[in-house]
Amino acid sequence: MEGIIGYGAYIPRNRIKVEEIAKVWGADAPSYKRGLMLEEKSVPSPDQDTITMSVEAAKYALKRALIDPLEIGAVYVGSESHPYAVKPSGTVLAEALGATPEVHTADFEFACKAGTEGMYVALSLVKAGEIKYGLAVGADTSQGAPGDALEYSAAAGAAAFIFGRENLIAKAVESYSYMTDTPDFWRREYQYYPQHGGRFTGDPSYFKHIIGAAKGIMNKAGMKPSDFNYVIFHQPNGKFPFRVGKMLGFEKRQIEPGWLVNKLGNTYSGSSPMGLTATLDISEPGEKILIVSYGSGAGSDAFVFEVTKRIDEARDLAPRTRDLLDNNKNYLEYGVYAKFRQKIRKAD
Amino acid sequence: MTTPSRYWREIPQRYRLEANKCKNCEITFFPPRLICPQCKNRELEPIKLAETGKILTYTVIRVPPHQFVDQAPYAVGIIELDDGVKITAQVVDCDFEDLKIGQRVRIEFRKIFQEGESGILCYGYKFVPE
Ligand SMILES: [Zn+2]
Repeated sequence: MEGIIGYGAYIPRNRIKVEEIAKVWGADAPSYKRGLMLEEKSVPSPDQDTITMSVEAAKYALKRALIDPLEIGAVYVGSESHPYAVKPSGTVLAEALGATPEVHTADFEFACKAGTEGMYVALSLVKAGEIKYGLAVGADTSQGAPGDALEYSAAAGAAAFIFGRENLIAKAVESYSYMTDTPDFWRREYQYYPQHGGRFTGDPSYFKHIIGAAKGIMNKAGMKPSDFNYVIFHQPNGKFPFRVGKMLGFEKRQIEPGWLVNKLGNTYSGSSPMGLTATLDISEPGEKILIVSYGSGAGSDAFVFEVTKRIDEARDLAPRTRDLLDNNKNYLEYGVYAKFRQKIRKAD
Repeated sequence: MTTPSRYWREIPQRYRLEANKCKNCEITFFPPRLICPQCKNRELEPIKLAETGKILTYTVIRVPPHQFVDQAPYAVGIIELDDGVKITAQVVDCDFEDLKIGQRVRIEFRKIFQEGESGILCYGYKFVPE
């Protein structure tokens, strides 16, 4: 049986509150907080990016997996904010972990779905017997255009998973993907900020694909919403995961443990994977977890995991995701945030 | 100016704190050496430095070299790692007024600097409070 043998998350310590952003643009903070259920979001320091966060999350995953990094046969980084336009993030990650040179490495890109894409491929290679261990990371330091609705949510974080065949923390029971060509969000080459289709990002995009993937995987696995202890949906804002959960017949209590977005923001490729790390942190042996990602463009990957008894010894070998979220925070004013995110134009 | 080849040569120590140790006099070298300067021995075994330690001393840089201008002000410390090796690096994710000698720190992987808008990105270790 294949599954997760190690997992880890990383969150930069900087935060900015919704009020602080709204103040600058003359927007109504209470309506954002109510409407999108967002309070604050994480912000990377100038010396942090998708690569650095991937390394830290992966190191935590290694601490829980207790394996030799040289035995990792695949290293995948899913992100829409790879630091280089041309040059892989995965090579830096593999080198920093000491997994080189006998390793297959690739960068994935598919809006907010790139993290679960890497998970899908790493898990599949382990299943196929091609590799002993596979590492997949979802990480982003995404940007919303100043004043755009996305600026309130676009955040930074990473989650890493190591897949293997023995000493599982969670068995991979089923996986499934659901995909169509849907132009709800995009960024053209040389453009700094992405564009989105406004309300088009809802029904024909997020809801259609998550519902398609969730129903598809439950059908494939012969399971129904009440069979799961926990469910994680992609979290572009606070409201969407609860709404899609209700449409599918899940209850709030199944969603809440992995629902980080109100204090974290949308970490794009890291979003649902980080929700999975927070859920594993509190899960018990035998419990079942459904995770459904969503990436604009558009599609969803879904996995069913069943937690094993090794969770009890692995859980505290690295920091818990909610501890990273709730502790050691550093609140920024908009000016410093704008500097950190290179939104200020300087002289050459 | 850091050339890609120089950066590349230093990757093992910058990314993974790889050092080596003279098998004869047991001195640790970081960066690693080919010959022990003490006993001229050429048999040095590779080791990995500890990832935690404590601050021996530190200073706050307010007028930095040009690659670090965007990061100023920042703290630089001499850190004594738990294996006794002392290394110099930035100390980040801390308020300067909270920094103290003897404080426990651990390494984190960070971007050290970038060569302008179009050059390579240089990664390596910095320290954060433990
Ligand atoms: Zn010697």
